[in-house]
Amino acid sequence: MSEVQGQAAGVEEEDVKLTPELIAFIAEWKPQPGNLIMVLHRVQEHFGYIPRPIAFEVAELLEIPVAKVYGVITFYHFFRMTKPGRHTVAVCMGTACYLKGGQELIDELETLLGCSNGSVTDDGEFGIQAVRCIGCCGLAPVLTVDGEVFGNLKTDDLPEILAQFRGK
Amino acid sequence: MKYKQYVLVCSGTACESSKSKDLIDALYHEVLAADLGADIQIVKTGCFGFCEKGPIVKVLPEETFYVQVKPDDAAEIVQEHLVKGRPVTRLLYDPQQSKAHAKLEDIDFYQKQVRIVLRNCGVIDPDSIDEYIARDGYVALEKVLFEMTPEGVIDELRKSGLRGRGGAGFPTWRKWEFTRQVASDEKYVMCNADEGDPGAYMDRSTLEGDPHSILEAMMIAGYTCGSCKGIIYIRAEYPLAIERLNRAISQAKEYGLMGEKILGTDFCFDIEIRLGAGAFVCGEETALIASTEGGRGMPIPRPPFPAVKGLWDKPTVINNVETYASIPVILMKGGDWYAKIGTETSKGTKVFALTGKIKNSGLIEVPMGTTLRDIIFGIGGGIKDGKKFKAVQTGGPSGGLIPEQYLDTPIDYENLGKLGSIVGSGGMIVMDEDDCVVDVTKFYLDFSVDESCGKCAPCRIGGKTLLTLLDRVSKGTGTDADIASMKQLSTAMQRASLCGLGQTTPNPVLSIIRHFEDELNAHIKDRHCPAGKCSALVRYEIDEEACIGCTVCARKCPVNCIAGERKQPHVIDQERCVKCGACLEACKFNAVIKS
Ligand SMILES: Cc1cc2nc3c(=O)[nH]c(=O)nc-3n(C[C@H](O)[C@H](O)[C@H](O)COP(=O)(O)O)c2cc1C
Ligand code: FES
Repeated sequence: MSEVQGQAAGVEEEDVKLTPELIAFIAEWKPQPGNLIMVLHRVQEHFGYIPRPIAFEVAELLEIPVAKVYGVITFYHFFRMTKPGRHTVAVCMGTACYLKGGQELIDELETLLGCSNGSVTDDGEFGIQAVRCIGCCGLAPVLTVDGEVFGNLKTDDLPEILAQFRGK
Repeated sequence: MKYKQYVLVCSGTACESSKSKDLIDALYHEVLAADLGADIQIVKTGCFGFCEKGPIVKVLPEETFYVQVKPDDAAEIVQEHLVKGRPVTRLLYDPQQSKAHAKLEDIDFYQKQVRIVLRNCGVIDPDSIDEYIARDGYVALEKVLFEMTPEGVIDELRKSGLRGRGGAGFPTWRKWEFTRQVASDEKYVMCNADEGDPGAYMDRSTLEGDPHSILEAMMIAGYTCGSCKGIIYIRAEYPLAIERLNRAISQAKEYGLMGEKILGTDFCFDIEIRLGAGAFVCGEETALIASTEGGRGMPIPRPPFPAVKGLWDKPTVINNVETYASIPVILMKGGDWYAKIGTETSKGTKVFALTGKIKNSGLIEVPMGTTLRDIIFGIGGGIKDGKKFKAVQTGGPSGGLIPEQYLDTPIDYENLGKLGSIVGSGGMIVMDEDDCVVDVTKFYLDFSVDESCGKCAPCRIGGKTLLTLLDRVSKGTGTDADIASMKQLSTAMQRASLCGLGQTTPNPVLSIIRHFEDELNAHIKDRHCPAGKCSALVRYEIDEEACIGCTVCARKCPVNCIAGERKQPHVIDQERCVKCGACLEACKFNAVIKS
């Protein structure tokens, strides 16, 4: 296990390559107009983010300027170009959650994890992200860890939630 | 009925996050263990709307309505209710009046609701086309294809008075008529499922609970406007809705209800899904088109309207999810029937996501013309924790705050417009005395500034400047001149911005200038935030008399600015205090005073 993790951590960004499946996916979408966003979604789903070299490869395969690929990636909040943590803590900052203390959750997480909103801890374990309404406003304030929803939270609940994921 | 009893379990996003999946597994397990597999069917449904009390379980035919059911409760429900026929009183909404509140209709939350858009949510399994068909699904499509002309459909929509539910309230029949009249070899039907209002989830629940109704309506739009290609633009943040839509599309194709020669006629229609990527402005129709075309989602000036020149420059009809969901019912029951519901100018029902400081938070559907008071104090059960109502916000970042004195206003497009707000897509957020109108407005402005695409100057620069001015007010350094500038800027933005985003960004600001003058003045003249939210204006101090020197506050303080010996009164260093309020929360002796 640790060996695999070590390997994963050791992968330099420059080494990332499109997998055969991704290349096939791009080939399938290439003839369809308006394909870029769908391709980028698939890439991000695979890597967890859009690595720089991949953005170049995508441009080449779709035969469009790299500037267009970058233009799209930077326009949309959903796309990211930095590597996420092994676990992503997404705190809802939609209106209902904001009113019920979403900011306090972020503040407390920043203290607990020692990294700021939008960044990843030094050991790469957790990343904090503020997101918008996830549709569970009845349970506000809400956060998700790797997609699992935790609702009706108080700052005191946070250490226990993090413990459930740390090292997993 | 094939089965003797049905157990419906909500599996909308909110309930699923409260472990409704485990609950369904547990129920299956218990039903099989009790050897009731042949008599009882467990159905996972879409959202019941009563999200505050989820997960929800409903047992048919007796209609017993259980709330906040945990996986561990499965055994008791099966053993007591299904085997012995005795409802599990402790899981009812109101255990004290178990008889009166056993059914869904008896609960205040549902009494004033009329469910047209949400007709199937919480009733059918969204993954089963058969259940949709059993509830008259695809009957409207059949009727349209075999009995109605495109003109007939438009006429029926005109009679119904249906207006777009995406925010602007444009009459749907007109939009369809425009698109129909343009001659073109290709046309598109699009569904706007980009639901960007941060604090609203009507469209998401509709898609998750009843995906076929959207497909059916889009096909009807295709037949009427002369298009054979539909595209649903949906937020990538809604994976469950995307999954259910994909399944619904393949089921419809399998049943010959989509694709070539639908129901044996010459009508062909296909639907494709395109993902959004988290940009609010992409909800605006021209930006949505730019994004579907694969580029940056920047709006363009209208006209030409999408009805003339839309996706790939072809005529395109774009409607919101809720608008579509209303259409099959209208065509089945007739436009006149629909027009009986609602007010003079706004017909039918509207779905709202009722959230904030409200007792019963959830998804509701009410006739247009219902008053805000009926919604907040009737359906919503009033304010949480006995606090005082301050304002209700509708329309999200494009809407405004409405104070108490207007609560008896019947909701419709015109009335809310007169109050400086909008009906919007359906976010309805209730605020109590602890919320500061300046702070909340800053939140919305911050959102709009962040989401401005930057193409036009009024929105890009105006929004930022408004935010700077409002920030001054929240820090106690604002002046009357700042308010005057805000008004002037707002007017400029409303008039000169390229799209609806910039045109409506000032709305929350204008609404507090108009309705909450006292609270604004308190910030400006007295440098005081009545709600105690604006951190620059609050001060935390320790009462020497009350402090016993337990050191809890000093240990909780994130910036270590509280000093004092054990068993001696502590002191807060005001210079370094970040006003987080952690000390106030931590103190068990009421020694920390907020002023
Ligand atoms: C900034 C902005 C955001 C919008 N967001 C949405 C949205 O999330 N969903 C939606 O259906 N309409 C949204 N709209 C309205 C659409 O532009 C369009 O009017 C609507 O989709 C038309 O459908 P309807 O006639 O059925 O309402 C937005 C408009 C603006 C200006
Ligand atoms: S505002 Fe947080 S879930 Fe809706």
